[in-house]
Amino acid sequence: MLNISGLNQGVVIDHIQAGGAMKIYEYLNMEKLDCQVAIIKNAKSNKMGRKDIIKIEGPIQIDLNVLGILDHNITINIIENDKIVRKHTLELPDEVTNIIRCKNPRCITSIEQELPHKFKLTDRKNRIYRCIYCESKFKGN
Amino acid sequence: MKHLISPLDLSVEELDSILSLAQDIMDDPDKYSHVCDGKKLATLFYEPSTRTRLSFEAAMLNLGGKVLGFSSADSSSATKGESVADTIRVISSFADICAMRHPKEGAPTVAALHSGIPVINAGDGGHNHPTQTLTDLLTIKTLTGHLDNMTVGMCGDLKFGRTVHSLINAMVRYPNVRFILISPDELKIPDYLRKEVLDEKNIDYIETNNLEKYLPELDILYMTRVQKERFFNEEDYIRLKDSFILDAEKMKLAKKDMYVLHPLPRVNEISTDVDNDERAVYFKQVQFGVYARMALIMTLLNLSVDK
Repeated sequence: MLNISGLNQGVVIDHIQAGGAMKIYEYLNMEKLDCQVAIIKNAKSNKMGRKDIIKIEGPIQIDLNVLGILDHNITINIIENDKIVRKHTLELPDEVTNIIRCKNPRCITSIEQELPHKFKLTDRKNRIYRCIYCESKFKGN
Repeated sequence: MKHLISPLDLSVEELDSILSLAQDIMDDPDKYSHVCDGKKLATLFYEPSTRTRLSFEAAMLNLGGKVLGFSSADSSSATKGESVADTIRVISSFADICAMRHPKEGAPTVAALHSGIPVINAGDGGHNHPTQTLTDLLTIKTLTGHLDNMTVGMCGDLKFGRTVHSLINAMVRYPNVRFILISPDELKIPDYLRKEVLDEKNIDYIETNNLEKYLPELDILYMTRVQKERFFNEEDYIRLKDSFILDAEKMKLAKKDMYVLHPLPRVNEISTDVDNDERAVYFKQVQFGVYARMALIMTLLNLSVDK
């Protein structure tokens, strides 16, 4: 059994779909963090069979809401003094920049590389975002 | 500053006000012939379109203004790799208003985000073409006297036909408008239009591939061309291009006061034997387009004439 030490203070991103942890690591730019980060892949889960988990040590300033776009099954626990003090509920952000990319080959972003890929939430219930330029749809997982 | 990127940028009130102004211009063009004296329109056409560009230029010249611009990407600095954002920043120093056509969807939105002058979307790929919508609405309103309580047939390429998407978006805002959407299965309206516009607003519509069956019910028939440039695969284009052809024989099935519109250019989807039918108004529509663009330019430049 792999043993990762418990967190005294930090954030646990749990119930990530198995195989999705690295994607989230990249989206949240965690390579820029200088605290300890543990990525656990393919952990056993009663609910999901297998899942990924990310544990981040220490107080961090990351906008976790973007995770709601990528994988809405994710749960987030905030740890302080060895205890879960808060469960963070993911709220879909109204607008995201450079988190998701427009895949429409006819979109202006396909030829102008420096344009930011911006999406606006147009349907919260169905988790639908649209490119602000060409209005192509992106549906959150 | 106001731009016109999507037909939905205009509220129903703003739209009605532009259409009323266009009708006033139509009644007395001389009254408006100097309203844009000293103003310049830049036509930034990254994709060829003789009709739309000349319509914009005619509109500005009719208002007493001047025009400058380019008519293909080859003759613009886009060939040197200049971005849309940089181009519009530069053009803002030369002109008072601009009309942009671009093969990529969303390019006029990028321009509007960086522009110092009003930007009019003159067509962006298969996405939007709001001045064609203004033209279509002005044609329908002038000929029938209203924009509500009617059955509108859309026929041809409803998937890539941006004029169809824009017209549906604009007309669902008027009460009791019903749509008959006639196309081959491969060229049906996009899913978002069906779910987020027609279904969401409880609009009455039928999707069919039978033009003859529904022709007698229509008050307006909006024909479109299957556009070669929207296909990545030429085989698909050849297979679908002759799906629906309106001819004099089929016109016998239509109401006496049904009007046939077409955004032009036509290829073969309307047979030339329909041209002399009084109900064929696609060439009149072109003239309405000039009036609609004149009214739009005046509105975006906040210009008016004393009554």
